Amino acid sequence: MSRGRGSFLARLIFLGPGLIMLTLLAVVPMLLMLSTMFFQRGRFGGVVYEFTTANFSRLFQPLYLNVIQDSLVVAGVVTVLALLIGYPTAYAIALLPAKWKTIALLAIMLPFWTNFLIRMYAWTILLSGPGLVNESLTGIGLIDEPLELLYNRGTVVVGLLYGYLSLMILPIYSAVERLDPRLREASANLGASPIRTFFSVTLPLTLPSALIGAVLVFVPSFGNFVVPEILGGGKAIMVGNLIRDQFLKARDWPFGATLALAMIVVTLVLLLAQSIVSRRTRSA
Amino acid sequence: MRKRSSRIVFLPLWLVYLFFYVPIAVVVFMSFNAGDNPYIFEGFSLDWYGKLAGDATILEGLGNTLIVAIGTCLISTVVGTLLAVGLARHTRSKVLEAIATLPAILPELMLAIGLLIFYSAVNFTLGLTSILLAHLTFGIPLVAVVVRVRLASMDTSLEEASTDLGASPIQTFFRITMPGLAPGIAAGALLAFTFSLDEFVLAFFSAGPTDPTLPIVIYSMVRFGVTPDINALATILLTISVVAVLAVQRMTRLTESLK
Repeated sequence: MSRGRGSFLARLIFLGPGLIMLTLLAVVPMLLMLSTMFFQRGRFGGVVYEFTTANFSRLFQPLYLNVIQDSLVVAGVVTVLALLIGYPTAYAIALLPAKWKTIALLAIMLPFWTNFLIRMYAWTILLSGPGLVNESLTGIGLIDEPLELLYNRGTVVVGLLYGYLSLMILPIYSAVERLDPRLREASANLGASPIRTFFSVTLPLTLPSALIGAVLVFVPSFGNFVVPEILGGGKAIMVGNLIRDQFLKARDWPFGATLALAMIVVTLVLLLAQSIVSRRTRSA
Repeated sequence: MRKRSSRIVFLPLWLVYLFFYVPIAVVVFMSFNAGDNPYIFEGFSLDWYGKLAGDATILEGLGNTLIVAIGTCLISTVVGTLLAVGLARHTRSKVLEAIATLPAILPELMLAIGLLIFYSAVNFTLGLTSILLAHLTFGIPLVAVVVRVRLASMDTSLEEASTDLGASPIQTFFRITMPGLAPGIAAGALLAFTFSLDEFVLAFFSAGPTDPTLPIVIYSMVRFGVTPDINALATILLTISVVAVLAVQRMTRLTESLK
């Protein structure tokens, strides 16, 4: 029973329900959202289907561009930190003996499958004025007064890193694990130092997976509104907060959809960059 | 290789584990606090768990969440399994493949606002059904991916023999493919359930004004700051997720799929 030989009936039964549901619930809503950008707002939310381009000129007002720029910076910093922390972590797991690898990987996956809101809430306990971090720092005499650790851009970065670091570690681990050890041995036998081998053999071959990790971390960080609200205290708002507010407070859905365009463009650019790099690596 | 690598290479791993688990450990520890100061431990008690059991808002949220999660789990499992088999055995189309994976790649917020516009355009009343439908956009691809990993590792010769002997694709599916896929299907079902149980963004945008799910209740609690009963609730939810993920690991060796 090879691919493509199934009868029409079999295809309908197996593929029909899923594809119809996903088309209705994901593809159609996405197309609808894209088209909404060209229409006008309803008085109490919703959309009035009359053509306009006003949403786009509004998008380029400094107020909104600044928030988009801030979001790019925050998501960028989170992604770079995730890469710098995630790479050595993934590499270390790959060096573990086989029986420990499973446990080590599970311990990386587990937080990702637990409640996101609760994980962010946990940081408010740790970082608040009388929280554990301040207590420990005063305890060892590093500071006299509790620091203002919550509710700034740095807290948002920590929260997003906490939320998405697993998504960087797992693809990199997968790539390191698939590396042919003979390549490294060959490099070492030819006289390359371990550091040289790492930079000219291991790193280039695992780069495409690191970039997949970067996309997986950057995209949800960029569009997040929960972390800026819980850990940023509304002082470090991001584009996700703007979109949320347009839908649930200002009730200007078409402009909210236009703001989401920033997310779509960023996502597409990153995916494109990732596929170009992985294609180059494969052909090299 | 391993002998020469010194212990220092494992330092980042230990630091990441500290980073991951200290915050969670603090929440779990403080949930057993006798006092109501969220920062000072005043002795062991289960008071906060008892208080949860009497909190009508939380119980209502929990009830709503269970309805949505069980519905998401059942529908995603059936439809996602069929989709996985269909994509692996009955088509080569890249477009169909893309439709089946797209929702899982899209940022949740985008999907959430797209659905809200869609519901409004077709005059669909927001409530538990709209949350359930929203969760299917992630649940179905999730089950499909997990089942396909299992499918890829299965020998196709039995299915071929079944077809050659004149069985219809449906008969082959129920007699040969399904039994072999069972662990993958069970794992996919558990993951879909866990996902729906904890999902906030899609639920937040698809919810009607009167029936919030538990994550929506938690969101409004958390926004008003630290209260000890959240710790108890958090501990219960964390336990459910951990048990589910460990069960999935036992059934499918989740971690093996990374190799």
